Amino acid sequence: MSEAALLTARGLGVRLAGRVVLKDVSLALSAGHLVALVGPNGAGKTTLLRALAGLIPSEGEITVGGDALASLPLRERAKRFGYLPQGHLVHWPLPARDIVALGRYPHGATDPARLSPKDAEAVLRAMQAVDVMEFSDRRVTELSGGERSRVALARALAVEAPIILADEPTASLDPRHQIDVMKNLRATADTGVLVIVVTHDLGLAARFADHVLVLKEGNLVSWGTPSEGLSERVMADVFRISAYRAEYQREAVIVPWADI
Amino acid sequence: MSVEAVTLTNEEAARRRIGTTAALAVIVVLLMLISLGIGPVRLSPLAVAQALFGGGSEVSQVIVREIRLPRTLLALAIGAILGLSGASLQGLLRNPLASPSLFGAPQSAAFGAVLVIALGLADVRSYALPVAAIVAAFASVFVLLSIAGRNAGLLILILSGLAISSFAGAATALVMNLSSNPFLVLEIAFWLLGSLEDRSFQHVMLAFPFIIGGGLMLFSQRHAFRALSLGEETAQSLGVDVGRLRLFVISGVALGVGGAVAVTGTIGFIGLVAPHLMRPLIGHDPGRLLVPSALAGSALLLAADIAVRIIPSTSDIKVGVLTSIIGVPFFLYLIMRERRALGGGVA
Repeated sequence: MSEAALLTARGLGVRLAGRVVLKDVSLALSAGHLVALVGPNGAGKTTLLRALAGLIPSEGEITVGGDALASLPLRERAKRFGYLPQGHLVHWPLPARDIVALGRYPHGATDPARLSPKDAEAVLRAMQAVDVMEFSDRRVTELSGGERSRVALARALAVEAPIILADEPTASLDPRHQIDVMKNLRATADTGVLVIVVTHDLGLAARFADHVLVLKEGNLVSWGTPSEGLSERVMADVFRISAYRAEYQREAVIVPWADI
Repeated sequence: MSVEAVTLTNEEAARRRIGTTAALAVIVVLLMLISLGIGPVRLSPLAVAQALFGGGSEVSQVIVREIRLPRTLLALAIGAILGLSGASLQGLLRNPLASPSLFGAPQSAAFGAVLVIALGLADVRSYALPVAAIVAAFASVFVLLSIAGRNAGLLILILSGLAISSFAGAATALVMNLSSNPFLVLEIAFWLLGSLEDRSFQHVMLAFPFIIGGGLMLFSQRHAFRALSLGEETAQSLGVDVGRLRLFVISGVALGVGGAVAVTGTIGFIGLVAPHLMRPLIGHDPGRLLVPSALAGSALLLAADIAVRIIPSTSDIKVGVLTSIIGVPFFLYLIMRERRALGGGVA
């Protein structure tokens, strides 16, 4: 991860309500990579994602494309991160298209009814990428969990930001939709976007990610390719499990097997 | 698939919204004409229109332009700001049961006004009155949103609102209790009931600057409400300054509701009802609901104020009483509809 890094953090720390949730995390991530952020519950994965996007105050230094995050105005930050939170919450029954169009908000397209041709094209690209055109007019509250997660992903893609931060995008999806979402993120990364995915699914992480970052109790304890980052020692120390390890179609296969 | 697939269907929906909004505006104008025609001397809408623009008899000109116009203008503006405040609070809290009156804002504003009068700090026609009402309304909404925190459930909002409005009511009752002046007690009762009777242009001048200022503040945030449909965190990631948005909404609601209450007393439930009437017609986009909700609020208050003058009764029915009599059953109906969300404690 040494070629001109797109996103870097140095000495990143976060306190929430007086408790240290993240301490001294340093990393440098490059464009075009899919990075899986893994760790046990409460390790600080979501906090790290939020801190990287500048959504919560943090100590240390974050740079995006060479600029200090702290120096960027809100609107400029918003253009650099497509942020996909957990749960894919939508509070009002809005049509799927309008939700995706909100991804253009940072670009000044604040009204989905008045999209410029450029913004409309970006919305279309995002909707086609995750195949949600067919329910463009349906209200998101009427969609199934899998469909809704795809709409949420399209919304994050529509930002057309150089970085996508996705917090457990595969949670509560059936296996086919999990693979579907990960394939979409993989394809996005292959277009030159840095994609960071928080996940509990080590199998998916090993299968799709270029790199894994392993968090434990707020510390970044391991990183590297899936087979390096999720070594037997890490599985034992961090997750306290043993795993079945193999290689299939030149991808690492890691299946959590037993507790130790 | 082409770009048209994204934009064309939007245009169709936009046409429907514009049609609905235009129809509402026409209804509001008609209700204004009717409102100006009702009173001891009945005038037809046509005669009203003539008198407004300097035609007809001199008597009807005086009746329409000097006696009835302030009342009608106040109903128009106060209905609008209540509808807009309700739609804004619902947008901010992503909650269809949010409204100024359920949060105790008008009750608090009334207490502010009553206190100023009881302490003899100002007479009924000074700017001290709306200022006190605005400060009290601001405090009540600020406290409520502070208690509620970032992602408050319905239950917390409703309970905090109940506590705040009860407290404001109790404080007002205390002022009444301690007051030895019977005229003062009568004056206070007026604030509790809410009425548009016998308003003059002085009242219009007193309330309008605040109502217009508050209205503009709320309207300026319409796009942020839309982004907020995805939750505060996502809205923030899209570039919305959520802290500033909250402050704008609290201030806008306080200015509008405080200014309104200072001249008419508490008129409740229009802010709750108006956005609900508009959702089936306009859709759920909280940014697009603002203007139609304001128009619906105007129409509702104008209609209620016409009704209190038409309904035969021995003494005058106050318009605030009527809106509550209609609004509370509507609120119960909404609770029934939202029962599942309420029962779970989260919305």
